[in-house]
Formats: sequence, structure tokens, C-alpha cells
Amino acid sequence: MPDTFLDSTELVINMGPQHPSTHGVLRVILKLDGEKVTGTECVIGYLHRGVEKIGENRTYQQFAPYVDRMDYCAAVSNGLGFCLAVEKLLNVEAPPRAQVVRVILTELNRIASHLIWLGTHCLDIGAITPLFYVMREREEILNIYEKYCGARLTTHAFRIGGLEYELYDGFEAEVKAACDFIAPKIDEYEQLLTGNRIWIGRLKGIGVLNAEDCKQYGVTGPMLRAAGVKWDLRKAQPYSGYEQYEFDIPIGENGDTYDRYLVRMEEMRQAIRIVRQAVERIPDGPIMGKVPKVIKPPVGEAYVSIEAPKGELGYFVVSDGTTQPYRVRVRPPSFVNLQSLDKMARGSLVADLVAIIGTIDIVLGEVDR
Amino acid sequence: MAATLWESELTAMLKEHFGDRIPEFSTYLGQDFMVAQPEAVISILEFLKLEADFDYLVDITAVDYPKRPERFDLVYILYSFPQNERIRIKTRIQDGYKPQSAVGVHLTANWLEREVFDMFGIEFAGHPDLRRILMPDEWEGYPLRKDRSITDMDNRWVKENLGIESGQ
Repeated sequence: MPDTFLDSTELVINMGPQHPSTHGVLRVILKLDGEKVTGTECVIGYLHRGVEKIGENRTYQQFAPYVDRMDYCAAVSNGLGFCLAVEKLLNVEAPPRAQVVRVILTELNRIASHLIWLGTHCLDIGAITPLFYVMREREEILNIYEKYCGARLTTHAFRIGGLEYELYDGFEAEVKAACDFIAPKIDEYEQLLTGNRIWIGRLKGIGVLNAEDCKQYGVTGPMLRAAGVKWDLRKAQPYSGYEQYEFDIPIGENGDTYDRYLVRMEEMRQAIRIVRQAVERIPDGPIMGKVPKVIKPPVGEAYVSIEAPKGELGYFVVSDGTTQPYRVRVRPPSFVNLQSLDKMARGSLVADLVAIIGTIDIVLGEVDR
Repeated sequence: MAATLWESELTAMLKEHFGDRIPEFSTYLGQDFMVAQPEAVISILEFLKLEADFDYLVDITAVDYPKRPERFDLVYILYSFPQNERIRIKTRIQDGYKPQSAVGVHLTANWLEREVFDMFGIEFAGHPDLRRILMPDEWEGYPLRKDRSITDMDNRWVKENLGIESGQ
């Protein structure tokens, strides 16, 4: 076929790293046939700070604040994972009071992270308003963090062995009030979006990843659940006393972008359910376990993972018996989930690619570390 | 607390199938792991996936021990959805040894192996697309090797691309 003005030869274009809907500095090289995506390649690493290397050069306590800077939308979850991993190496457990507080703050963090996801996802699709709404609700949660530990985003709320700070006066009441404030708002978002024709048109059947593909690509979190796999580490391998709380694992059917949206919305409700149960049963007692001032775990290695808002967040920590970890490996959910982008995007339209990137819920700080 | 012997139906099955290619089965802090010979890792992964439902490759990573003759520990973390079990396969390899890529068994190994290559310089034989993933393509050196200090830079790259003498 001769080359004409309207020929349909393959076109390679660049999306990002400076692009508002790539959620940070993600660069995707697109191969296009007209409007159709025939291949993608992710170029990552723009935000690489060598977190794992830093870990080898700091003491265990010094490294704890660094992990907050990976998934900065879910800093509390990151901190919990690292603390649990070191506690595992030390073979200690946080006292019950600390565990309940950890659950409350982590679940609030899950809501905050999902709210950010919802707002930015809507923005990508073209609905601007929800972004302002979700910031309003997230503010309630950040205020609690600020009062509790002084920081709003990179909180460093937990310490190895338990907690640093005792709860402030009125913590329970404020957490309850925040739950009461946020719960009806989630229904409001659903009223705005769930039955919205544009929303459905843009999300239904887009970026399908079935259960088999999810397992092949190691995809976890809401994406896996939207594909119909009822798997959540909080239920499968409970940590921090999650087995004491009643909550459901929402699952989807089709594994498309719309189902992932529904799963995350329901997860927020379940998180509120957990927080409400937890806040009623904060036991009295110490907040710090029996951990020496200088942490020197015995020689050995352990892998501990938690259900972070984005999926399985794992820490593989190797100790050589000194005050600094010999190796800290972070298994980031965003990094692994992002790998499935190519599978989801092939054959879709360019406009849908934005929805697909949004639905993975990546944070580049965690992808690049 | 020292590592204890790991014995179960699975280890019996693996022993029968792989014999002395898996010299060690251990449990430490309630976590099971095996130490396997590097040539056997891919067939173990395949066997575990097909025969024992370990269908989810959680992570591949490495640990550098520069003073050891087999310089690197290569660690594969596996999970089984049906059995809700997590195990690790560890193998010790020399610098320059090219382990077989696991992409044929688990697609997720693609990026994970690229990261190990990027950070440690371990090349995986048969990997479809073995390039750096986090560091710039032209970067020289492997950051997570122990002989690289935390302040070490690829000064040539920094000068060429950033126009300054040092990245620090």
C-alpha cells in the first residue's frame, strides 16, 4: 500500500513522564495503530532514591521513617509492614493496645488512600468535582494523624515494638466522628458515579484482567479481588489482630475497571466497619513491647507482608546481628501491579489507557523506591 | 532461636523428585525455606506450580555476600492460593553465573528479574528483555552490591547528563 496522508502506519508516541494522568513520573511509550494501542512499554525509575540501599546504611529505627516515603498516600501501612518485619526478626509482638491503635490508623489510611485514588481516577476520566469532595473527607483523617503524631502525610506513626505516642484525649470520639462523617459520603460518591452513564461507558469492560492473568502477573489487592479471587492477607494470614474483627472481602466478577471501582468503594465501607469495632475495644496497657533501646536482631531473615491499600506489601529483611539491616527488600504492590499494564492496554483505545493507568492505583514513589 | 528442620508432605515430595538437588529444608521464625542448587531452581518452580499449587511468585530478590565464594543469595518467594502457604527458595550463586530466567513459569518474573539485574548485575539466561529498569540505561555499576558505597555515583553519567561534577 502506498504511503498516503491517511495511511495507517504504526505510530510511536510518548506519554509522560510529565503528564497529569500518569499519577507522577511514569513514562509510557505507546505503539499506536490509529486510536488503537498495539503495545506499551513503561519506563520507570525517575523517582528512584535507592531506598533499599539507604536501609542498609541506617539502623533499624533510623530506616523506619524512610519507608513512609515510598507509598506516600499510605505511609501508615508502609510503616506497619516494616515494623512487623523487624518485630518478626526480634520475635516480639506489639502489646494489644498498640495493635488496636495500629489497626485503627492503618484502616483510616486505607480509606485515605482509596479516596485519593477515587479523586484522581475521576479526574482522569473527566469528572473534576469528586476530587474536591474526597479531599474534604481525607482532611478528617489527616487531622487525626496530625493530632496523633504531628505529621499528616509521612507520619512515622509506629515504632518497632509498638507505638511512640499515647493516644491524645478525645481520640476515640474524633475517630468515631470521622467515621460518621465519611460513611454517608461514600454513598454520595456512589450516587454520583455508580449509575452514571458516562462513568459506566468509560469503565465497563475496560482493562480486563482475569483471575488467571492476575496470578501470572503477581497482581494483588483490589485488582485481584475485582477478578473474583476472594483473597485478602488480613483474612488469609491475619496480622496485628485482624482475626478479631468482622469484615467482608468485596469481590468483583469481570475484573474490569468498573469492578475495581466497586471493590474499592466497598473496601472503604469495610474499613470504616473495622475502625468502628476497633475504637470500641482499645484495651488499657502498655503501648511499647519489650524491645531493647539498641535493636540487634539475631542473624537470620524473614519475609513479612501486609495487605496495603494497593496490594501485598512485603518486606524481606536480612539481619547479620548488627544494628543495621544487612538487606531490606521491599516488595511493592504498585511495581508488580504496573507490570500488567501492557496486558490490559493492548487493543484498547488511547483514551482508555488513561482509565487503565488510573485503575491500577500506582504511586510512583513506591514503584521506583 | 535457630533454624529447625522443615518436614512436611511437600518436602517429602520434593525430596523424592529432586533428591540432593535440594540439600536443605529449614524453618526459621515459622517461615519455611529450602536451599536449592542453582540449576534446579526453574524446574522446582515449575514443579511447585504444577504439582503443588504454588501459583503466585511473590518476589525475586538477591542478597550480596562479597566475602563468600558463592557471592549472591538468590531468593524466590512463593505463595499458594489454594493452600494459603508461603515458602522461599534460596540458591547460592557465584558472581558471573547466569541463572535461568523464570519468565517461562511466572510472567511476573520479568520485571522482578530486571530489577535484580539492575541492582546486582546478575544476568538471567533466557530473559526476554533484560535491561535496566530503575537506573538509567547507560549507568555503570550495580548499586546494591556491597562494594558500592551509598555515596558512590557513576560520575561519568552524572557529568554527561546533569552537567555537574558529582551527584552529591
